[in-house]
Amino acid sequence: MFSQRAATLLVPLAVEATLQAQQQRGMATLKAISIRLKSVKNIQKITQSMKMVSAAKYSRAERDLKAARPYGLGAQQFFEKTEIQSDDKAEQKKLFIAMTSDRGLCGAVHTGVARFIRNEMNKDSSNTKIICVGDKSRSILSRLYGKDILFVANEVGRLPPTFIDASRIAHEVMKSGYDFTEGSIVYNRFKSVVSYQCTTLPIFSSNTVEKSDKLAVYDSLDADVIQSYLEYSLASLIFYTMKESACSEQSSRMTAMDNASKNAGEMIEKLTLTFNRTRQAVITRELIEIISGAAALD
Amino acid sequence: MSFVKNARMLAVRGSRMIQSRGYADEMKLTFAAANKTFYDNAEVRQVDVPSFSGSFGILAKHVPTLAVLKPGVVQVYENDGKTSKYFVSSGTISVNEDSSVQVLAEEAHSVTDIDVNEARQLLSQYQSALSSASSDEAKAEAAIAVECCEALIKAAE
Repeated sequence: MFSQRAATLLVPLAVEATLQAQQQRGMATLKAISIRLKSVKNIQKITQSMKMVSAAKYSRAERDLKAARPYGLGAQQFFEKTEIQSDDKAEQKKLFIAMTSDRGLCGAVHTGVARFIRNEMNKDSSNTKIICVGDKSRSILSRLYGKDILFVANEVGRLPPTFIDASRIAHEVMKSGYDFTEGSIVYNRFKSVVSYQCTTLPIFSSNTVEKSDKLAVYDSLDADVIQSYLEYSLASLIFYTMKESACSEQSSRMTAMDNASKNAGEMIEKLTLTFNRTRQAVITRELIEIISGAAALD
Repeated sequence: MSFVKNARMLAVRGSRMIQSRGYADEMKLTFAAANKTFYDNAEVRQVDVPSFSGSFGILAKHVPTLAVLKPGVVQVYENDGKTSKYFVSSGTISVNEDSSVQVLAEEAHSVTDIDVNEARQLLSQYQSALSSASSDEAKAEAAIAVECCEALIKAAE
């Protein structure tokens, strides 16, 4: 220790070299350990508070979802009961709507959606367009399929989704002028706090619906009514999937942050142990130096 | 012996048919809005809905149809004779082959929750917005809001 202090005064460069050598050997200095310990503790504080925040947001999202589920299922009923299928003969034009948000740090929620679309695009990316809701899906998908993205909806995920957001997106879908034959919304269906599933929900254009066989049993329909009906249904379905995604995202963030806090706790434990051990080693060495110095004087 | 068996089979089948017919006589209503769910697959007797092609009542075995809601009052007659009125702003109605009815509204509230004075204030606010609107889009938006407010006041009175 004495020699080291002397060296600090004389040749700073040499100290740096020894410091490095020490760290390489796995014997970090006390200072370095305490800095790391402090930063890990700060990170744990952050992840813990993020968990608390998302837990509060999650309980609200789940409440909202409970109210929105019958609404979403009701919106799907007509399409299920008429058994609408896209025309196989006509040219296929596909559309994917990726339901994600702007916020990360929530496990594999966004990557799951993006991966699903990427796999579909790998199979056949001709005549397929993507609409990204939320920045996360855009940043993942734009690298490979940037030219196929029709538009991106930003500012998703900060606040709980509302019907106005959904109708705005539906309006943009209509306005984009892309006449798809087969569309699907890719979203995370919320199952429970610990599980969600990446699911697709089919959406249909008015052409496809008008060609459906079962539509004949429906009374007094004209193109205008069908058009308005479908526009409204699209908004409802987007609204419902946004609610599902938001709930899955919050629950997943809660789990992710809980795990992060746990991992940080483990790291803190290990670092504290190393810190104490190193401190003890330093004290022991100083004692040895003092005693052997005193013994040499005799 | 076989005759008896046949008769029994017929009887079983008959009772099953009655059961299935009994099922179709009931109407399953899903009435939900973006803010709240009022009925989730509940059995009701009748629903009156306002649509753009005119208001109409839906009973069980109504012919399948699609319609678009216009601002107005949805009235639900429950099986025990209770009626409830809800104001809806816009949305869709679908009546399916199996007598299930979905009324999906953008916003829906019980008529008793409406504050008439507030609605009148909104009406005058949007009327002035309508007269001062410059673009076609703003004009259409204000016209829709005025129509909705008028229906709201009518519903509350």
